Amino acid sequence: MSVIVDENTKIIVQGITGHQGSFHSGEMIKFGAKVVAGVTPGKGGMKVHDVPVYDTVEETLVHEPDATMITVPAPFVKDAAFEAMYNGIRVVYILTEKVPLHDALDIVTYARSHGHVVIGPNGPGITVPGKTKMGIMPNHIFKKGTVAVASRSGTLTYEIVNALTLNGYGQSTVIGLGGDRITGLNFVDILELFEKDEDTEAIVLVGEIGGTAEEEAAEYIKKYVSKPVVAYIAGRSAPPGKRMGHAGAIITRGKGTAESKIKAFNEAGVPVAEFPWEIPQVLKKVYK
Amino acid sequence: MNLYEYQGKALFKKYGVPVPQGYVVFKPEEIMDFYGERVIKAQVLTGGRGKSGGVKFASNVEEARKLAKEILSMEIKGHKVHAILVEEKLKIEKEYYLSILIDRSTRKPLIMASPEGGVEIESVPDEKIYKFVVNPEIGVQPFVGRALAKKMGFTGDLAKQFTNILMNLYKLFREYDAELVEINPLVLTEGKEVKTEMYPPMSGMTLSTKAPGKLIAADSKVVIDTDSLYRHKDLEENAEEKTPLELEATKAGYAFVELDGNVGVIANGAGLTMATLDTLLLYGLKPRNFLDLGGTDSVDITKNAFTYVLKANPDAILVNIFGGVTKCDTVAQGIIAAKEAFNINMPIVVRLSGVHEEEGRKMLEENGIHAFADMRHAIEKLKEIMEGSQ
Repeated sequence: MSVIVDENTKIIVQGITGHQGSFHSGEMIKFGAKVVAGVTPGKGGMKVHDVPVYDTVEETLVHEPDATMITVPAPFVKDAAFEAMYNGIRVVYILTEKVPLHDALDIVTYARSHGHVVIGPNGPGITVPGKTKMGIMPNHIFKKGTVAVASRSGTLTYEIVNALTLNGYGQSTVIGLGGDRITGLNFVDILELFEKDEDTEAIVLVGEIGGTAEEEAAEYIKKYVSKPVVAYIAGRSAPPGKRMGHAGAIITRGKGTAESKIKAFNEAGVPVAEFPWEIPQVLKKVYK
Repeated sequence: MNLYEYQGKALFKKYGVPVPQGYVVFKPEEIMDFYGERVIKAQVLTGGRGKSGGVKFASNVEEARKLAKEILSMEIKGHKVHAILVEEKLKIEKEYYLSILIDRSTRKPLIMASPEGGVEIESVPDEKIYKFVVNPEIGVQPFVGRALAKKMGFTGDLAKQFTNILMNLYKLFREYDAELVEINPLVLTEGKEVKTEMYPPMSGMTLSTKAPGKLIAADSKVVIDTDSLYRHKDLEENAEEKTPLELEATKAGYAFVELDGNVGVIANGAGLTMATLDTLLLYGLKPRNFLDLGGTDSVDITKNAFTYVLKANPDAILVNIFGGVTKCDTVAQGIIAAKEAFNINMPIVVRLSGVHEEEGRKMLEENGIHAFADMRHAIEKLKEIMEGSQ
């Protein structure tokens, strides 16, 4: 068992002929992902890494896809996501950054009321070591294991996964939720899945300033999560009102500070590492 | 992007949300002659301007121009006054609050309304703020207005006025990709005395009633999602939220924030860059900036990032790259190119991890740049150098 995707998940890539789409499709295939088709309007008939390219999502349905990776430019993301969902594709992962907030709102609203799962926008995707990968995480940092990781960032996730692997902790599922203000999944959604997942024995949450997702996660952990959880929070040094790269990473009106998140985690019995490289040591205290 | 009050009010007017009569001026002499009283309001992208003397009343044009001149030369909480809004003075019966924003927890638009307006909404007790989570698939139908109007104490014509304002405001919120639209205060003007002659005519008997006042948006706060600006070409970009250096770096494609320390920072990815700044602070070092290189392995993008860090005059530079798919030798070439091109003599410490990392580090070491495979050792080296130089 794994979370959201597994070795049988058939993936299409919307925007496969672009720089990102083409490069990362290749990396995904090397990792073992089943990339069954690509879509780029006007480029139907081409092949990328031996994967057939179609003009429309509808035409890819002969391959029975379960998931899509969207790499098209921001102004076209809403159209691409709705095309995928209209055609019944269950999992929609959006790599693209700078997607207009109200477009994300429409996509996520529709997905949640019609049983689709949205990952992102503006995240590195999902990796299940030994099974599949949908997204842009570097292949070489992973090791199959029992620790699940959920994060709001990209490279910081790699940093922490790398530290886990180097210290002998393999991963069950690693997911980047996305750095935007509205994302398809938040920590609470993913905690629910990790708690149920048989392959997951411990959980690492990588949060950052902005919003209240970490505080809500802490409340949820207190009530519903039996597995050990550890966390890291980025942005302790961020001044209020300054957006730290991610659209979501901003302290406004005194809300969303690192202090508040660390306090909430500590109160829920979740140890918070001071430095990213400390995650394995902190994990050791609560897990084997 | 924050809009100035006058820009927000122009959008309100366009969408049928009533605003006071008025106009914007950039020079005092642009204020036209008038009878009665006018409000002279500083246009500035920060709150609390009233307390700072940015809102004044004038009863003739000379006085208005004099006040405008004073206000235009003011700086309010570090923000320069951009313009002056000259408006009719409203006769206020009561002040309310109304806003719509994107609520991150529910991932839906959230309406907040309160009968206690004119003050910071944070200071209003929670039970006095009426909230309504909008399902975007339904939108704001009249029933939402009726439900909130009832809680706000509006009846009859006022409930209708309120519902119209709310529905129009939501339309604006959606169509202009707003993160926030806020009316504080939403003013109820004094009602007018209406005398109706009673039957029979000429009897001299009149009935005096009070017609309800009007709900008017006396202020506006509108924040537009920056990522959607490409489809709102009618909005001018307001540049004042960033420092000149931040603006320059942002235009060049880097996420850049100025801070007040002395260690220049270049990293890749927003999360890792933040974590780098945090780690510096925990080591007793102070970052001068946040610079996210993004997911690049271009020599030029790496090299040019140094331009902005150098303009911030740091004492040393830390580069922290976790190259997932980024090629470390390319990044190393960029760093070496920058060192030569900009003649950098201050210490540079680099952490490089990822594809071709060993080649990358070797190239750097050969050029006299300290290079490490992990973040911890890089920062410890930086600390050692900076303490040694004191």
